[in-house]
Amino acid sequence: MNINMTLIGQTIAFAIFVWFCIKYVWPPISNALHERQKKIADGLDAASRASRDLEVAQEQAEQTLRESKEQASQILEQANKRSAQIVEEAREQARAEGERLVASARSEIEQEVNRAKEDLRSQVSHLAIIGAERVLEASVDEQAHRKLLDELAAEL
Amino acid sequence: MAAGNEVSPTYYIQHHLQNLTFGNHPENGWSLASSAEEAREMGFWAVHLDTMGWSIAMGLLFIWLFRKAGKIATTGVPGNLQNAVEMVFEFVESMVQGAFHGRNPLIAPLALTLFVWILLMNTLKIIPVDYFPELFARLGVDYMKIVPTTDPNATLGMALGVFCLILYYSIKMKGVGGFAKELSLTPFNHWALIPFNLLLEIIALLVKPFSLAMRLFGNMFAGEVIFILIAMLPFWAIWLLDVPWAIFHILIVTLQAFIFTVLSVVYLSSAHEHH
Repeated sequence: MNINMTLIGQTIAFAIFVWFCIKYVWPPISNALHERQKKIADGLDAASRASRDLEVAQEQAEQTLRESKEQASQILEQANKRSAQIVEEAREQARAEGERLVASARSEIEQEVNRAKEDLRSQVSHLAIIGAERVLEASVDEQAHRKLLDELAAEL
Repeated sequence: MAAGNEVSPTYYIQHHLQNLTFGNHPENGWSLASSAEEAREMGFWAVHLDTMGWSIAMGLLFIWLFRKAGKIATTGVPGNLQNAVEMVFEFVESMVQGAFHGRNPLIAPLALTLFVWILLMNTLKIIPVDYFPELFARLGVDYMKIVPTTDPNATLGMALGVFCLILYYSIKMKGVGGFAKELSLTPFNHWALIPFNLLLEIIALLVKPFSLAMRLFGNMFAGEVIFILIAMLPFWAIWLLDVPWAIFHILIVTLQAFIFTVLSVVYLSSAHEHH
C-alpha cells in the first residue's frame, strides 16, 4: 500500500461533503432541535407563571375575604352600639315624659284642690251668713256685713 | 491502494471489498487470511474481525450515548444531547405505535436499538473509502472494510435475530398448534390443500429474514462499490461524483435503517396476530 493522489482526491471530496453538511444539512436539524428546546422551555415557563399567578390570586382572594369579614364585624359592632344608644335614648325620653306627666298631673291636682277649697270657702261663708241670718232673724244687713264675712271666709 | 505502484482496478475493488478474516485455514491453521482465496478456503469457520469490531464499536457508541442522555435526563428544558436523543426516541416510538398492534414491551426498545445501530453502522460509509484501509495498512493490517452493513454476515445476523423473535412470539401467542394451523390452513382453508399451504407459508416465513438482510446488504454494498469506483477517477475529479453520491447517501443511510426497523416491527406485529 502506498499513499497517492487518490487519497488527496478523497480528502477534497470529503471536505466538500463536510462543508455541504455544515451548510445545508446541519442547520435544519439544529433549528428543529432548538425549536423543540424553546417550545419545552416556553411550556415550562408558562406553567410556572400560571402557578405563580394562581398563588397570587389565591392570596388576593384570602385578603379580600379577610377584609370583608373585618368590615362585616365592624358594621355589626356599630349596629349593636347604635341599637343600644337608641334604646338608651328611648328610655331617657320615656322617663322625661313620665316625669312631665307626673308634674302636670300634680299641678292639676293642686289646682283642683285650690278650686275645691275656694268653693268650700264660699259655700261656708254663705252657710255662715244663712246661719247668722237665721240666728239674728234678718237683723243683719247682708250688704253691711259683707266685708266682714268675706274676711271670715278668707281666714278659713 | 494496494501494494505496488501499478494497481489494476479489479484488484483495487476486490481489495476494498475483502474483509479482515480470521479463521481455520486447512493449511495454515487458525490465522488471518492474507488473501481472498485464503479467506474462501477457511469456509464457514471464520470471523470477519473488521465487521465484528466496527459493529460492536457502533453498538457501544449507541449504548454510551443513550445511557449518557438517560443519566442527565431532566424533566425541565433538555440539553442538546438529551434533546437529540429524545427526538430519535419519539420518532421510533411513534413508528412502533403505528406499525405494531399488539402489546409487548420488548418491541419499542428493539426497534430503537435496530434503528440507531444500523444508522450508525451505515453512517460509517460516508467516511472516504481509503482512509481506514490506508491507516490499518500502516499498522500492518492488510484488509479493513469498515461498514458492517456491507457484509451480509452482519445483516443476516440481525435478520436472524428478528426471525427468532418472530418464531418465538408466533408460538407464544398462538401456541404450537395455532402456529401450525396458521401455516397449514392459510391461505386455503381445506385439508386437501395443506401441503400446498405449508409450502407457501414456510417460503413466506423464510423469505422475511432473508429479504430484510438482503435489502440492507444490497443497498449498502452497491453504494460502497460505487464509492470505490468513484475513488478510481483522477484525484481532481473525485469530488465531482463523490460529493453528490455522499449527499445522496445521507438519505439512503437513514432510509435503509428505517426500512429494516419498520419491517422488523411489522413482521413481529403479524407474529402477534391471529389470522
